[in-house]
Formats: sequence, structure tokens, C-alpha cells
Amino acid sequence: MATSEPTSTSTVQIPDTPKELKRTPLVANGRDLTWITNQVAQFIENKPPMWWWIALVVSALVMLLTPYYIAHLIGTGVGTWGLQNPVMWGWAIVNFVFWIGIGHAGTLISAILFLLNQKWRTSINRAAEAMTIFAVMCAGIFPLIHVGRVWFAWWLFPLPNANQIWPQFRSPLLWDVFAVSTYFTVSLLFWYTGLVPDLATIRDRAKGGIAKFMYGVFSLGWTGSNRHWRNYEKAYLLLAGLSTPLVLSVHSIVSFDFAVSQLPGWHTTIFPPYFVAGAIFSGFGMVLTLLVPLRTICKLEDLITVKHVELMCKVVLATGTMVGYAYIMEFFIAYYGGNPYELEAFINRAFGPYWWAYLLMFSCNVITPQFFWFKKFRTDMRIVFVLSIFVNIGMWFERFVIVMTLHRDFIPASWDYYTPTHVDVLTFVGTFGMFMTLFLLFMKFLPMIAISEVKGVTPQANPHHKLGGAKEGQH
Amino acid sequence: MQDQSEEIHGILAEFDTPADLMHAAEKVRDQGFTRWDVFSPFPIHGMDDAMGLKNSKVGWFTFVGGCTGFTTGLLMIWFMNAFDYALIVGGKPFFSPIFSFPVAYELTILLGAIGTLLGMAFLNRLPRLHNPILKNQSFKRATDDKFFLLIEVSDAKYDQEETKKLLESTHPVKIEEVQE
Repeated sequence: MATSEPTSTSTVQIPDTPKELKRTPLVANGRDLTWITNQVAQFIENKPPMWWWIALVVSALVMLLTPYYIAHLIGTGVGTWGLQNPVMWGWAIVNFVFWIGIGHAGTLISAILFLLNQKWRTSINRAAEAMTIFAVMCAGIFPLIHVGRVWFAWWLFPLPNANQIWPQFRSPLLWDVFAVSTYFTVSLLFWYTGLVPDLATIRDRAKGGIAKFMYGVFSLGWTGSNRHWRNYEKAYLLLAGLSTPLVLSVHSIVSFDFAVSQLPGWHTTIFPPYFVAGAIFSGFGMVLTLLVPLRTICKLEDLITVKHVELMCKVVLATGTMVGYAYIMEFFIAYYGGNPYELEAFINRAFGPYWWAYLLMFSCNVITPQFFWFKKFRTDMRIVFVLSIFVNIGMWFERFVIVMTLHRDFIPASWDYYTPTHVDVLTFVGTFGMFMTLFLLFMKFLPMIAISEVKGVTPQANPHHKLGGAKEGQH
Repeated sequence: MQDQSEEIHGILAEFDTPADLMHAAEKVRDQGFTRWDVFSPFPIHGMDDAMGLKNSKVGWFTFVGGCTGFTTGLLMIWFMNAFDYALIVGGKPFFSPIFSFPVAYELTILLGAIGTLLGMAFLNRLPRLHNPILKNQSFKRATDDKFFLLIEVSDAKYDQEETKKLLESTHPVKIEEVQE
């Protein structure tokens, strides 16, 4: 039955929002839908600028360090690393935890902020999720080469070895295999799901035959049909709901690698929440390091606005303060627990031979974010960029400090001072090249902002807003 | 229009704003059409009601996937460490749901996510590599900034003249016939 006849008594007025209730719009300068499409698609469609080529070549060359030194490691043996008794876990495990932690911000933005209905996530989630996937790829390299005899790395998988023995599931290291591979797979699926409508946008604009074909295949024949959107939105919500417990569990399980051991300084129940907070902290640090220059270079200031950067700084402040709380609480528990070995491990951590690393960690992770209490610092892009680098450095050193607990074990005769070799260092440097190479390729071939999601939070998308076509006098 | 109706896939109306599309959808819904759809560059809040669609069934696929994952995890660990080759490690039990939990938990999420995605693809009948509507030139803007409503010829209520009149009454910017 058609009941669209408005009667004069039911006339609806659309008043302007009162000034004090007005929010900073998520898309600045009132940009319309076409502008959003064009601005995001231009980097894919135009010839890449010179800086992109230079960055790509440099990153790709740096990336070559990693396969070179992995080949060197396999050819020579793990003795080529700085590992010695009692520090049997060196940079490899530090780098692994560092890269996995970086990834967590992407999932936090895409899943947790989605469930919390934080609409500002739409401008940054695509790039942050890409960062997650590339960071997990970098992380995955280290445990595989750290097993020593790399050709037996498949023993990590649930397959029987030559003696028909299965892997044993009482070890947290095996839990980690499942956690990290699930994390990678689900992040990839989630990322791809979000990409489908945007790939269709690029397909519909593509001029070249190859581009049309490739984007056509990967967009799966997406039309933007509402019957599809209905299932799509439900699937997206469910994936967000699945990713949220996933992201919290992954770094908890990574922390079990340490916490389940009996070692003083590692065997603490605070590790899972403290690792998760640290992971989100470091991840947001990396998101800021990437997006603050990106928004300027790619002219995306109207999509990734100052408001977005400010909100990310606030997350850095909150999680950094949580991390600081965990550092202090660890010390308190070591004192209050009354275990002399535990206390000694912590005193040695802060005042022992690695005091400099502890100091670096503490100042970068606890003091740096405190600047973000002030709007002046949150809105100054140069300061945000510099501070975000400090966060990255500090979080790498946090894992270094934790792993270096090993350098003084129960027999003073075996105490030693661990230093990495150039092989340790350059393998790690190479992963930054790999990370940047993948990110630059992502910028060129995929929409780096979730086009359909950003459109969905503009007033033009709201059928009850004037810009969305709502007329006075209609329901 | 000189085309024979059997070569026509459907009739397509184009709109400028989501509000116009929503009002048009309400009208078409109230006429009792079944083989019709609306297209927009982003999901429009409230469109499911305007089209008279029920809640999506994707959740069932997630649920089945998750249950399968959890059961697989526990059974796999029991089979590997307690049944097929019982391995003595540090005096710990051969099987316990406690140490099996992290792996079973991760597999719940893994298979739940795969189930969600495959379920969504199945319900949407994607991937679909041929779709007559994608050949339409104006429709290219459905993923950019325009809003469309399509009524298929195969709908039982479709009538060359009446349906066009109905769509015209919703004030579209343009009405076109989509070739098969």
C-alpha cells in the first residue's frame, strides 16, 4: 500500500544542528562522493611519482639483505648470530614479538573500533590492516629461521615426523604457531572482504584491459546490490566480532612463550594484558609513522584529517600509560612477592649491564606518550611523527629488555653479556625493506583508503540528512 | 524502444541521492515485486526495511564453522598426543582441555572466519563473472556516486508499460532498459 502522501499535520522540519552539538566532520571541506572516489583512485590510475620509484628501489634493495643473511645463516649455522649460553633467544625472538605487536593496531582499528562504532576508523583502517598483514609476514620469518635446522621447520605443523611422532601441544611455542597463522589468515580474509567493494570501484573506472580484468576478477562481480550489502555487512560484523578475541589472544599467547616458563622475570601473570597493551601501543606508533607523511604526500588531508591523527595520539597516550603502569607493577610484584630471584631479575633488568636498554625503553614508552596530553603536540604533524618513531624504538627495546633477562641465569659462571653480530642486525634491517616494499606496492595497486566505508560516514550517505536527499515535509 | 522484450534483462532507474532511492524502494516493495534490487556505492542504513528484507543468514555459517573449529582442535590434540602416539612430556597429562584450549580457541576463530566468508559468498552467489547489468555504461557510477533500482523482466509482476510508469512516479533522473 502506498502511503507516501504527506499530510500537512505530519510535516517534518529538519532543523540545523545546534552549534555546541556539532562535531568536526570526518571528511573535511565537505568533499562529495565523487571527490572521494577520484582522490583515492588517482594514485592507482596515474603514473606513480618519482619519489615512489626511488622509495621502491631503495626498499627493495634493503629487503635483499634478509634473504642474503638467511642464506648465510643456513649455510653457516646459528653460531653466526650473537647467541651464546645462556642467551639462546636473541634478536630473532625480539624481532618476532616486535613485528607481531606492530600488526595489532591494524586489527584494533578494523575490528574493535568497528564494534565500538567509532566512525573515524574508516579513513585509516585499510592502510592499518595492510600494515598488519605485512608486519605479520615479517614476523613469521624469525621463528622459522630461529629453529636452527630450518629444513625441519615443518615439524611445527601438525604432521607426524619420520618416527611417526606428532608435535606436542603442551608447549606454548606450538600454541603460538596456531595463534600467528590464524591471525595472518583471518587478517587477510578480513582485509580482502573490506577490499571487494573498492576493487569494484576501481574496476568500473579502469581503462586498460589488464587492469579491468584483474580488478574484475578480484572484485568477484560485485555490483553494490543491497541484497549483497545485507549479507556483506553481517559478514563484516561477524569478522570484526571474531577478530576482536583473536587479536587479544594472539599477543596473550605470544606472551605465554615467556610467561609459561619457570624463569624469574618471565613467569608473571601480568604478561598477557601487558603484552596486548604494548602491542596496540607499538602498532599505533607505526600507523602514525606511516600515515602522517602519507596523508600529505598523497593529498589525503581531507580524509585523514587532523582529528584522526589526534584520536590516534590519544590511543597512544592511553596504551602507553597502561604499559608504564605494567612496568611499575612488575617491579612492585617482584618486591611484594618476596622471591629473591624474582627481585634480583628485576633489579638486574633496570640497573644491571643492560640499564641503558631499560632506560631507553622506559623513556620512549612511558615519557614520550605523555606529550600527547597537550592538543598543541597532538595537532603538530612533525612532532607526532617524531614521537611515533620514539614509540617504535621504545617498543623494540621493551622486547629486547625482556629477552635479555636470560643473560644472568642460575649459575653465575655462565653469566655473559650478549651482543648481536652484523648478521642479526642486517637480517632485521632487511625486514624493514620488505615491509616498506610491500606497503609501497599496496599503495600503487590497491585503494589505500576504504572508499565505500568513508562514503558511508559522510552526510551525503545519510538518507535523513539534507545532503542525502531528505526533503522537508517527507518522512 | 525497438528491442524485443526477451532480450531485455530489466528496467533500471537512476537516482541522485540515497533518500530518493529509499523512497523508490518503498514504493516497489509495496507493489509486491520479488525480482528487483537496489544498488548503491555504500550500504544505506534502513534500506533493508525499505526493501522488506529479513535478517541475513550469514551467522549460521559462522556458528557452524566455529563449532567445527573448536571440536577439530580438541579432537586433533587428543588424537595426536594421547591416542595415536602418547608422548610423555614433563609428567603432564596426555590430554587435558586446559592445554588444548589455546589451539582449539584459535581454530574456532579460524574456521568461524572462513565459514563467514564462504557463507557470505554463497548467499550472494559470488563470485559471479558475468552480469548483464555490468555492461550498462551509466551503471558504472553505481560504485561511485549514483544510486540505482533495477526491476528484472523475469519478475511475475513485470509489465512493460506499468512498471515503467511505476518507476517514473518515483522521480528518477533517468530510466533505461538493460540488455541481456
